Amino acid sequence: MTLKLGLPSKGRLMAKTFDWFAERGIKMERTGSDREYAAQVEGADLELVLLSAGEIPRELRAGRIHLGVTGSDLVRERIPAWEEVVKELQPMGFGFADLIIAVPAFWVDVTTLDDLDAAAAAFRAEHGHRLRIATKYHRLVREFLQDAGVADYQLVDSQGATEGTVKNLTAEAVADITSTGETLRANHLSILSDGLIHRSQAVLFKSRKASWGDAERAALADLTERL
Amino acid sequence: MSDKLLVRAEAERLFAFFKAQGAEAVDAALMQPAGTLLDLYGEDIRARAYVTHDPDQGEMMLRPDFTVPVVQRHMAEGGEPARYTYLGEVFRMQQAGSGRATEYLQVGYEVFDRSNPEAADAEVFSLFAEVLSPLGLRPATGDIGILKAAVASLSTTEKRKAALMRHIWRPRRFRALLDQFTGKAAPSSARTAFLAVAQKEGAVALVDRAGPEIGLRSRGEVIRRTDALLNDAAEPLIGRMEAEVLETILALRETLPNAFAHLSDLAVDLTGLNSALERMERRMDALNDAGIDLDGLPFEASFGRTHMEYYDGFVFGFMAESRPDLPPVATGGRYDALTRVLGGGQEIPAVGGVIRPELVQELREGLV
Repeated sequence: MTLKLGLPSKGRLMAKTFDWFAERGIKMERTGSDREYAAQVEGADLELVLLSAGEIPRELRAGRIHLGVTGSDLVRERIPAWEEVVKELQPMGFGFADLIIAVPAFWVDVTTLDDLDAAAAAFRAEHGHRLRIATKYHRLVREFLQDAGVADYQLVDSQGATEGTVKNLTAEAVADITSTGETLRANHLSILSDGLIHRSQAVLFKSRKASWGDAERAALADLTERL
Repeated sequence: MSDKLLVRAEAERLFAFFKAQGAEAVDAALMQPAGTLLDLYGEDIRARAYVTHDPDQGEMMLRPDFTVPVVQRHMAEGGEPARYTYLGEVFRMQQAGSGRATEYLQVGYEVFDRSNPEAADAEVFSLFAEVLSPLGLRPATGDIGILKAAVASLSTTEKRKAALMRHIWRPRRFRALLDQFTGKAAPSSARTAFLAVAQKEGAVALVDRAGPEIGLRSRGEVIRRTDALLNDAAEPLIGRMEAEVLETILALRETLPNAFAHLSDLAVDLTGLNSALERMERRMDALNDAGIDLDGLPFEASFGRTHMEYYDGFVFGFMAESRPDLPPVATGGRYDALTRVLGGGQEIPAVGGVIRPELVQELREGLV
């Protein structure tokens, strides 16, 4: 039985995924024209499904693919109770990015979540609205701040260029992914010392919701042996 | 009859009971403006309420409770004193996989009355006790007012008291602050180093060096809070004796009369408790007058701290002891501060509670 494997459809994530499988004797390549989303595989009984990395959690959750490669941050953000829905088969060692909370570097008085909470209370009293944190990771950030007991903040949605929101006066702080911190520094932002929400990397996930008959299970056992 | 109709019939019975007490029946819109609820509860409510969007009205929430719209209605147009009852669905998003109900009926009773708040506390509690009496539930009571009075009477700065007060409903954060203010948790080495530099060079120099001023929070706010941190570091810690009294109060679990006696002993050292204790005593008298057996009534000083954010005085709940899997059958309490927040400059003492008819119905079936 052929297992369906969801892969990122473009960019470095796709290239690194191909490399990762190639190192394990499974050769994958795009087929057709550059613009056609099709790929083939040699050395394993897999059907490749090229998808945007952000859609792979959804497909895993729906059980339309058996396996999928995507960032662990996206799975945690987009799948409620993710551990009941998918299983992490293998961290893949690339696509590293940290989801962090950062504030303007000139806020010398705010270096921890405790400070953020206290500053948010003072900010609300001063400005009449809650301190805004720009992010696209609403669930992860909210759960993290709730757990830390931070109050008087609000999340504002930012799907891109999040580091610019403070300068543009649409947020006071940001929660975003960073790998080197360069973009943050360039935008005069600084990470809270206890502001690491999640250390993300590309992971090969298994959907618990896909149909797993004997043939699929055997195919997976065969595959995991080689990985 | 289907289960749903049975529950509805149970709800109507409870509703009729409160109407027969002279309460005015009120209703509220199913969709509530999200902004008001978010400002009250913070972002945490997004994990508990269903959010939807209307092109004209913006972000809306499916009614997570009646208290807010009932208070708003009363503050806008209600006469005094007022007693209200309501029956309707509330919607609560639950954690994935919890299996808990996301939509259920509530029947509520709310009293807005300035004349005698403790009598109103006792009135609400005893009505709930009466209507729920066939179910043999375990009552629980508490008093956030005692906790607030204990915090207010600490001999420390107003800023520290305000910080503790703000987190009374978040026990973990409250604990962290208390440990910080009593010296139980030492400041981090990074913080100590920062304060030393700030002391030496001044907040202004530090801020100027750290980066350009960006965003709405101004340079002045950063400097003011840095100075406040320096001032706070120079303040003496909260003494051990006081901290222990507060710990004792937080852990207090007794029958109501024993709890009162214990708190009265503590008030010898912590005289700031006295006015809250006077209220507690008047409430005990009123409960006694209403026929409640005080010796059988448990009191937990920390009751209601985690899940009843707007309650700021008397709090109560009724639980099914034989069914620990069920949420409380009824909860309620005093929320004077909420009327102030929603009242646009006005306020009125208010107390009330809600019953979940589907739990009443389920337990009642278990009895036959």
